[in-house]
Amino acid sequence: MKLEQLSVFLENRAGRLCDVTKALADAGINIRALSLADTSDFGILRLIVSDTEKAKQTLKQHGFTVGRTTVVAVEVKDEPGGLHNVLKVLGEEQINVEYMYAFVQQSSKNAVLIFRFDRTDQAIEILTKAGIKVLSGDELYNL
Amino acid sequence: MMYDVEKETLPREELEALQLKRLKDVVEKVYYNVPFYRKKFDELGVRPEHIRSLSDVKYLPFTEKQDLRNNYPFGLFSVPKENVVRIHASSGTTGKSTVVGYTQRDVNNWAELMARSLMAAGVTRRDIIHNAYGYGLFTGGLGTHYGAEKLGATIVPVSGGGTKRQIMLLNDFKATVICCTPSYALHLYDVAQEAGVDFKDLSLHTGIFGAEPWTEEMRREIEAKLNLKALDIYGLSEVMGPGVAIECREAQNGLHIWEDHFLVEIIDPETLEPLPYGEKGELVITTITKEAQPLIRYRTRDLTSLNPVPCKCGRTHIKMNKVLGRSDDMLIIRGVNVFPSQIEAILLETEGLSPHYQLILRREDSMDTLEVQVEVDERIFSDKIKSLQMLEKKIQKNIKEFLGVTTKVRLVEPKSIVRSEGKAKRIIDLRDKKQ
Repeated sequence: MKLEQLSVFLENRAGRLCDVTKALADAGINIRALSLADTSDFGILRLIVSDTEKAKQTLKQHGFTVGRTTVVAVEVKDEPGGLHNVLKVLGEEQINVEYMYAFVQQSSKNAVLIFRFDRTDQAIEILTKAGIKVLSGDELYNL
Repeated sequence: MMYDVEKETLPREELEALQLKRLKDVVEKVYYNVPFYRKKFDELGVRPEHIRSLSDVKYLPFTEKQDLRNNYPFGLFSVPKENVVRIHASSGTTGKSTVVGYTQRDVNNWAELMARSLMAAGVTRRDIIHNAYGYGLFTGGLGTHYGAEKLGATIVPVSGGGTKRQIMLLNDFKATVICCTPSYALHLYDVAQEAGVDFKDLSLHTGIFGAEPWTEEMRREIEAKLNLKALDIYGLSEVMGPGVAIECREAQNGLHIWEDHFLVEIIDPETLEPLPYGEKGELVITTITKEAQPLIRYRTRDLTSLNPVPCKCGRTHIKMNKVLGRSDDMLIIRGVNVFPSQIEAILLETEGLSPHYQLILRREDSMDTLEVQVEVDERIFSDKIKSLQMLEKKIQKNIKEFLGVTTKVRLVEPKSIVRSEGKAKRIIDLRDKKQ
């Protein structure tokens, strides 16, 4: 039920993000979801891609510092309260969200939330028990 | 104006005779009291009795900063510890700072030389001295302080920092003399501008600037902006502190070295051979009156030349030209000495690895700034912003704690630091460039 996410270190310089997307495009890798966090000096690009290992090797070859992290993808109805229900369950169990990002599926009425937790295994257990749909890697990649 | 006319105008013959007598004394003293020197002398086959003329100094071994570090903290003391009344130290990572001890007579001599220096710069007992050199282990603050008191002037021991308050005190106390680093002088001007204070309305007539190299252009800028006469002072903690040499007000061209206390040479930093007067090389100093921790042929790493031409001020002591640079990679940031190797050691200690790094020096608002760029590799990378920012803060804090200098730490992408022939260029100095 866990998901592999790549993170890439980027300096805040014009064209750096473009270099990443070009490298991935040339290698035929599809980006399923992404988020970019930034400070005044640097940013961290987080990516869920169609082929994690290949993407990692490609980016490393292009000289980027790449990290691999386990995240959790959760599917919720795209309606008011959708995210709130998930966070409520987690909050009650004192699970801390390090960061998260979300996207809406085109094909259905659902939204997908990507979470980075401090205690991943416990978070999955709690979400599953609460009847919240946790997506596997294959499910997400094939959305 | 001279603090000690007799000593400052001693005829060369008498001065050199005095130097020889004192050189013989100090050589004998270190040979019999400091195992480090005895070993060095023996290795070269030199004995105290071999010193018969001043030029025989060339047979003596050099002392380097590393020797002080290797003998940390008190290994080079030449007197019993109970005779040491003061200790100063330069910055350094743990166990590696250079320590200097002083006996009561050393402290008295230092105050006297500093009083001579102040007076040569035109300061009298009627002046109020605003002393913005840092007080503490750094020799700048206390060295100037004791000299000013010896002279009988009024000292304001304001130390470093709190620039707005310094402007207020300059205005309220009507200080007539200011002592600080040249870059801080320009920073004071900028802050005064912002505060609406015009230096022309202050009472300053003289500035005594040192602890970092500065150019003639910078002198003209300071003199115009601060509306005072700017004089260069030279010293280094290993040898004593400020007051080793001073520009006289009359000539304002070259710094008189107090030769009754220091024997100086210029050497070629590559061949280590002594160079004739006028040639540019590295300044080497033998302290001939220091008791607690005399140094034989200390390599200052400062590049300059000596000028023996008699000065119009009447002092017979030789002059050194303004320091032009360094023969090693030491950086001077707002008066603090920093070696790239120290930064490297701190990076190593901070994360237990040796990342690629680069030091960028800039001059912003007249103040020197040091940016430490560290390449982010997979071992220190995190997908969490918080972790990377904490890493930046930790490096910054460790540098501040060990070296006493505030830096900006910036994480950069791998390979963004230019490597030439496999070796990274560690220092980018943009201070003299317009940005």
